[in-house]
Amino acid sequence: MKATAVLKKYTMLIALVVVIILFSALTGGRLLLAQNVSNLLLQNAYVLIMACGMLLCILTGGNVDLSVGSTLCFAAAVSAKLMSDGKPAGMAILASLVIAAVIGLCQGYLIGYVHIPPFICTLAGMFLFRGAGRVVLSSQTINISNQTFLKIFTSYIKFPGEQNRAVTSSLIICIIVAICITLLQLIQRKTRVSRGYDVDPLPAQLIKLLIIDAVIIWYGSKLMQYKGIPVMIIWILAVVLIFAFLTSQTTFGRYFYAVGGNEKATKLSGIDPRRIYFWAYFLMSFLAGFAGLAHAARIGSVDGSMGNSFEMDAIASCFIGGASAYGGSGNVSGVVVGAILLGVINQGMSIYGLADEWQYVVKGAVLLAAVIFDVVSNHKTGKS
Amino acid sequence: MSDFILEMKNITKEYPGVKALDNVNLQVERGEIHALCGENGAGKSTLMNVLSGTIPYGQYTGDIVYNGKTCQFHNIHNSEELGIVIIHQELALIPELTIAENMFLGNERKNKFGVIDWNETYKQAQEEMKRVGLKEKSSTLIKDIGTGKQQLVEIAKALSKHVKLLILDEPTSSLNEEDSKMLLDMLLQFKKEGMTSILITHKLNEVAYCADKITILRDGATIETIGNPNHNIDEERIIKGMVGRELTNRFPAREHRIGKEVMLEAKNWTVHHPVYTEKCIDDKVNFKVHKGEIVGFSGLQGAGRTELAKSLFGRAYGSHISGQEFIGGKEVHLKNERDAIEHGLAYVTEDRKVDGLVLEDSIAWNTTMARMEKVANKWGVIDVPKENKVAGQYVEKMKTKTPSVQQHAGNLSGGNQQKVLLAKWMFADPDVLILDEPTRGIDVGAKYEIYQIMNDMVAQGKAVVMISSEMPELLGMCDRIYVMNEGKIVAEFRAEEATQEKILAAILKSDDKKVEG
Repeated sequence: MKATAVLKKYTMLIALVVVIILFSALTGGRLLLAQNVSNLLLQNAYVLIMACGMLLCILTGGNVDLSVGSTLCFAAAVSAKLMSDGKPAGMAILASLVIAAVIGLCQGYLIGYVHIPPFICTLAGMFLFRGAGRVVLSSQTINISNQTFLKIFTSYIKFPGEQNRAVTSSLIICIIVAICITLLQLIQRKTRVSRGYDVDPLPAQLIKLLIIDAVIIWYGSKLMQYKGIPVMIIWILAVVLIFAFLTSQTTFGRYFYAVGGNEKATKLSGIDPRRIYFWAYFLMSFLAGFAGLAHAARIGSVDGSMGNSFEMDAIASCFIGGASAYGGSGNVSGVVVGAILLGVINQGMSIYGLADEWQYVVKGAVLLAAVIFDVVSNHKTGKS
Repeated sequence: MSDFILEMKNITKEYPGVKALDNVNLQVERGEIHALCGENGAGKSTLMNVLSGTIPYGQYTGDIVYNGKTCQFHNIHNSEELGIVIIHQELALIPELTIAENMFLGNERKNKFGVIDWNETYKQAQEEMKRVGLKEKSSTLIKDIGTGKQQLVEIAKALSKHVKLLILDEPTSSLNEEDSKMLLDMLLQFKKEGMTSILITHKLNEVAYCADKITILRDGATIETIGNPNHNIDEERIIKGMVGRELTNRFPAREHRIGKEVMLEAKNWTVHHPVYTEKCIDDKVNFKVHKGEIVGFSGLQGAGRTELAKSLFGRAYGSHISGQEFIGGKEVHLKNERDAIEHGLAYVTEDRKVDGLVLEDSIAWNTTMARMEKVANKWGVIDVPKENKVAGQYVEKMKTKTPSVQQHAGNLSGGNQQKVLLAKWMFADPDVLILDEPTRGIDVGAKYEIYQIMNDMVAQGKAVVMISSEMPELLGMCDRIYVMNEGKIVAEFRAEEATQEKILAAILKSDDKKVEG
């Protein structure tokens, strides 16, 4: 691969590194303190989770789901209410997920089979579920004190008897993960070579693996200094990996790209676009419900304005991560980088102490720049 | 010395990795019709984009001399100001606007305050329309007139820009024979009035009919310029220049082994328009295709052939469908496209860009699209290396020109896109293939290869239905030909008894009957 091609493929990753370096410098290194590194993913868990679903919606043709912030609030409110009435955590979680699924069923059906434009349908949902959430909360803030519930989302993985300082377990686990990834990659490479399939040149792959391993182990060493590996990371990883697998390795995932690329051709190839729209919005709402639980546990309480404008964070992550505003292209790894980039900028600005109003300006500018970059670079390569 | 209105000298244009144009020279005399011929990817469109400023000055090397002056066009406005107007293959009209609005789009008739003068707009539009023989009102919406007339609107639009050099890129590719003839006659009329035209077309009979000179491009280089003073040039002569070899036969030979088995049959198949449900599109159509047989469907645009095919393909078109459909002798009630594919039916669409391929996806993805389960396990997990391998095999088999199967379909030339589309449906492994205009807008060499693929398919015992507006290819390829008009089958010919005259006569007669009735 030529240098320009590498640069193009990893633009956002490079941008992420640049932004991290920039804010580390601006904050005198505080951005990379163990506590901040650990919090970065926890604070942005909801964005990462919802961005995966939003990607599916965007793939179908640049459509977005505006209702997810409200759905998140509604689902969280139901859980909080049930638990404050003394119901067990399991029941509360199930109820929230069922509610989110029902919302997904309705929106998916209306958009897919009744052909209500997604923008309008989810705009209506945004009002509806925000209202419903407030009704459940009786416009009050409900605190969550159920320890089981909090533990499921906010505890840390520790070996028995470990203390909060120097949690060596996290470093050990990360090293094991790094070794596993390396081995799996090399085994895969070997089988592909033996079957005569194309592979990247060995040095390139080794460098790539080395960087990945280094990042994982560095991350483990940071977590070691602050409480250990948060359970939330496991949840995030589960969602991200499932969606990465779905979109890149399965026929189901391929359908979303096909519908967004050319709906008529997709239909004539025997794929029902209505089903695809349905699934995009169904999975999105479900993930919003799940994100609601995670976010509620992190905050420790639920109020009527929870999840305000969260949909915008999820949408922005997708576009910053290279999803096409016209649909048909984008991938989960890009979206994850987009979400983390957005998170780092947010956190960096907060630590630096930039005024809230200016934070909005910066976020808007970053989103715009990313989309302009995407459109211009695609234009140059001759697409549309 | 001849009086050249245009000389393009040593034009070279490189894209990363490809030399699209290599020292191309083109000389066009004032007042002639100059045809530009070449296979797909030969560089015709690129050359015209250089001329019109779509590829701006500086991105190519060489000189454009227009009316004796060397020109540097930075955009399409620069060239239009000097009277060079290009009409693209894909019409650039907005369906929801009127003829007049389209005609002066970007060039509006304004009063001194900059407000659009509608009276003047409609009046001037009407005048330009008269010159091209359009009898519609200039306030008619574009979507309400047919493709043939839309093409005329494009020409009227060019005239309104005081065109001196008119470039037409495949103007007749979506027109029927009658409309095509009318358009060519109009060009001849303009020629008498002193206008110069450059005509890009694959239809060699049209070249012979109206071109004074023919420049042939091949692989981005000028091969030769041939004179055609008596308008009787031998088509084989042009083909020879285009492909660099003589195609002694434009249709590959085939052993006719037609089985007794009926593979696809329709009885009293009736289809209504999906929106205007009272309008009958196909009326009690009966036809059948045997094993190993190629059956052609001839007819004018709007005869209901595409609609017939789509409605049979799992009701992809229409409403209130009645009649019986038999596949392999058994009656079927296909619910949707997936059902049709699983019953061994394939419909290769007429417009590869609109509803055939996903242009931004790779060749590999497009190839497996209709039958992805063949490269996936039962859980729907795709074996990507296997998919690439399969796609690669089709690329090889069909001689698709591409650097790799990861190439986006949109980056291929028309003929190669058509091959990818065919590969997609061959991969679906159907028993009956319905090909809708399989050679539209592709060059002679690629056509021959596609005919060869069709022959291979019937040799394997499949049945092929071919819908085409080009009569010579129907006569050259088919065993039987059905003629459709206004939703009805009006005639059926065996290949050996069919002629272009008979087919046309069948269409015209059925029109007469309707008038009498």
